[in-house]
Amino acid sequence: MEENLYAENIIMLYENPHNKKVIQNADTMFHATNPICGDDIRIYLKIKNGKIEDVGFDGEGCAISTASASLITDSIKGKSITEVEKMGAKDVIRLLHVDPGPARIKCAMLPMKAVLSALFLYDQKQKK
Amino acid sequence: MINAELLRKDFPILEKDFGGSRLVYLDNAATSQKPKQVINAIVEYYSSYNANIHRGIYKIANKATEAYVSSKEKVAGFINAEGIENIVYVRNTTEAINLVALTYGAKSVKKGDHILISEMEHHSNLVPWQLLAKAKGAILDYVKLDSKDERLDMDDFESKINKNPKIVAITQVSNVLGTINDVERITKIAHEYGATVLVDGAQSVPHMKVDVKKMDCDFLAFSGHKMLGPTGIGVLYGKKEILEHMEPLFGGGDMIAEVTKKSSTWNDLPWKFEAGTSNIEGGVGFGAAIDYLKKISIDEIFEYEKKLTKYALEKLKSIYGIEIFGPKDCVDRSSVISFGIPGVHPHDVAQVFDSYNIAIRAGHHCAMPLVNEVLNRGAVSRMSFYFYNTKEDIDKAVYAIEKVKELFKIR
Repeated sequence: MEENLYAENIIMLYENPHNKKVIQNADTMFHATNPICGDDIRIYLKIKNGKIEDVGFDGEGCAISTASASLITDSIKGKSITEVEKMGAKDVIRLLHVDPGPARIKCAMLPMKAVLSALFLYDQKQKK
Repeated sequence: MINAELLRKDFPILEKDFGGSRLVYLDNAATSQKPKQVINAIVEYYSSYNANIHRGIYKIANKATEAYVSSKEKVAGFINAEGIENIVYVRNTTEAINLVALTYGAKSVKKGDHILISEMEHHSNLVPWQLLAKAKGAILDYVKLDSKDERLDMDDFESKINKNPKIVAITQVSNVLGTINDVERITKIAHEYGATVLVDGAQSVPHMKVDVKKMDCDFLAFSGHKMLGPTGIGVLYGKKEILEHMEPLFGGGDMIAEVTKKSSTWNDLPWKFEAGTSNIEGGVGFGAAIDYLKKISIDEIFEYEKKLTKYALEKLKSIYGIEIFGPKDCVDRSSVISFGIPGVHPHDVAQVFDSYNIAIRAGHHCAMPLVNEVLNRGAVSRMSFYFYNTKEDIDKAVYAIEKVKELFKIR
């Protein structure tokens, strides 16, 4: 586990985020904000046969939330919905290689929450 | 002349060793640090005369009552109020403003009336009025800021005062921009239009001479913890003739003169507004805080902070690519400086500062309409000084900014 929150991988992902794109015909999306710090993220998911076929995000955020969004979106691509729904803070910390601590964990978790909320909306839609 | 190096020795937290480095505390607009004189006064109260105040027959109860009352005398003197009748102790600025909105405001504001505040208000001087306006069907107006230097647009004030607002509530110093507003002039004009004026003094009373008689405001609200005192003690100053006609907000012990099964009559000012056992340790600690500030002189504090702010503004302006919010010079400006490094989120800035043991604040600073709607930012970084800060502290902050730029490859 890294000591330094701003290790090279996090700065790199902040500057060159992965999967930063709007998916126009997404099957589900969610807009999550953290009004306290001004982080603002939209997650777009394409779903096929119960699996995440494609994922994109956009918005404005700090280095932690942006790097976290890159790593989470990389990680969930190709996974089944049920696998993704089991993900939580532990998985996000593992992906970041650093525990951001109590003050910043909400930044790291914002994209994860957005993914889970988007999947929740997708489930609701399927049930109808 | 203030000798910050010497005064720092009174503050245990500033002398503490944090794994080889000293704390550089630049978050004084949020809360100040506490000198040992204040900490010791509270310890002394609990270890030698802890007792409930008022009506105690025994010695230590009298001593506790005396200490509590004398702290109000000190506060009254500090802001040049007539006496302790004008000084209501509450938890903080927020509670003081809510008290006015819920009692005076609820009685005087009717449907269709106007309430006037400004775009630079802290949520504490905004949300209570929003709630009141909503409950009464009244209209909440905002004095705009001048887009050039983010000061109050006085032309806009004059046009909105024309609507004869019942209440004008304005901050004396912005907790984000550091702007000092001319509340004396605002009060004078507001009174000509028959408005009652509340001044939010949370960021002014700790840093500059505030004279309620000269200002002529009807209410002044401020907090003890931003001026060396403990948390949980704040002040509502009110003009006597207004407080006398106000109904209490809370009922209970201590605030009554006489109670029968049918009705009650109220205790004298200021006790009418202080139901239940008071925050005695808070009063005692606050009294010690005022003693400390008086000893070094509030005018000296203002002059010293002005020099620090001038130094900091010059240093910041010399850093390429940095943006400063609020007035860029030291005219009518306090020691709060908000800034941004484009391309870096303020929370990341504050996090890097923390890695050098420098405490600054990042976010909307409880002024969302100002930060989000006027400055058009999600968040800003803020450093705010007090008399124990030094030029060396500012140099360290500047160094940290350079490190942020380096880390995030900002050139």
